[in-house]
Amino acid sequence: MLILAGGSALMTRKLSPSIHISRWQSFLEILVTFFLKQFEEVGLRNPARYLPYLATLFLFIAIANLCTVIPGYEPPTGSLSTTAALALSVFIAVPLYGIIERGLGDYLQSYLKPTVIMLPFNIISELSRTLALAVRLFGNMMSGAMIIAILLTIAPLVFPVLMSILGLLTGMVQAYIFTIQATVYIAAVTRTKSEEAV
Amino acid sequence: MLIDWFTLIAQLVNFLILAWLLKRFLYHPIVAALDAREKKIASELQHATMVEDEAKKSMSELKQKHDALDKQRTQIMQQAAKEADEKKAKLFIEAHQEYETLRARLKESLHNEQKNLQQEIIDRITSEVFSIAEKVLAELADLSLEDRIVKVFCERLQNTAKSDITAMTGLFHQSNHPPIIRSAYTLTSENCERVKKNVMELFGIDSDIVVEIDTNLISGIELSMNGYSIKWNIKAYLEELNVTNEAASRQGEERGGA
Repeated sequence: MLILAGGSALMTRKLSPSIHISRWQSFLEILVTFFLKQFEEVGLRNPARYLPYLATLFLFIAIANLCTVIPGYEPPTGSLSTTAALALSVFIAVPLYGIIERGLGDYLQSYLKPTVIMLPFNIISELSRTLALAVRLFGNMMSGAMIIAILLTIAPLVFPVLMSILGLLTGMVQAYIFTIQATVYIAAVTRTKSEEAV
Repeated sequence: MLIDWFTLIAQLVNFLILAWLLKRFLYHPIVAALDAREKKIASELQHATMVEDEAKKSMSELKQKHDALDKQRTQIMQQAAKEADEKKAKLFIEAHQEYETLRARLKESLHNEQKNLQQEIIDRITSEVFSIAEKVLAELADLSLEDRIVKVFCERLQNTAKSDITAMTGLFHQSNHPPIIRSAYTLTSENCERVKKNVMELFGIDSDIVVEIDTNLISGIELSMNGYSIKWNIKAYLEELNVTNEAASRQGEERGGA
């Protein structure tokens, strides 16, 4: 958190609106533009509005997972409490954005679609996907850490390195998946009636 | 494996703070910079479009000016060419006229020179002929050339047509100008009296008769009365010879030209 916030503050000190920009600014602009483009492709109508939340999700998970290369580091995503906290934030953010975008009534009515009978199933769906988010991330990261620990006891030379590289890839993929799923959920609830008709 | 609720809440708060910090220090400045650049590029593009329009306008004006100058230059060139042609034609005519004048002068000069040469030749031939004739007559017939000339002249006076004599007599009585006898040399008194006597008898004149020396006659005698004249001299024969020579020379030139 300190690295992310401090680094960002440091890199965005001397932003220039001109055509000639610094390498750091160029890197950050590419990153932000990439996020915006991805969110738009998933279906968000106004991606800049959701950028702080969704991009922070990705950066948090990605940095947490990248730090596994540091010896003795335990990734926070390997703890169910952290992944549950993130999933809980999604669980809160999705209806919040839905209510802001569509209004409380309209949002609540979406639980009654296509029929009233579907109400409990929709509620279960909301809870289960939050649980799925938390457990998927936790499972993947914890399993990676466990495999490395086991391999260290069996073959302490080459294999742990390979598994660490694989773990980095898995960590980045998990960060991407988590963010994209959160984006899909938000896109689904913020879609208006006219957009649904289309 | 179990969820630590304190950790959960702490991570949740932690995440929210991070989101706020990143929004404050990362996303907002970057998006603002992107928007500012977009606006700046749009503004510059608009400015560039405006400048391009102005450039096009200036280019069009310059092209018009260039075309006008080109047209003017063509007109000036055409005018200059026309004037040059006119001047050339005028100079050619003047040169031709000058050539004709010089040619005429040269021709005239040559003609005069030829005439003078001919005259000189005639004079020398006359003089030689006269000298030869005088010598021949003196040696062969023991006669004087002057006596023969006077005799021939007197015979010519006698043979003059009656009508001419009447006309000359009438004019003499009207004007009362004395008759003039001209000879190339001084006549002897005998020959002079002989000629005078013949004239007086023929025209019925009793007044004095003027006797003059005229070297142009070469060798001969001439009677002049009020514009009428009766004469005999060698020059007349030589003129006939000259006419014959000129005809021969013309025939020669014609053959040469052909």
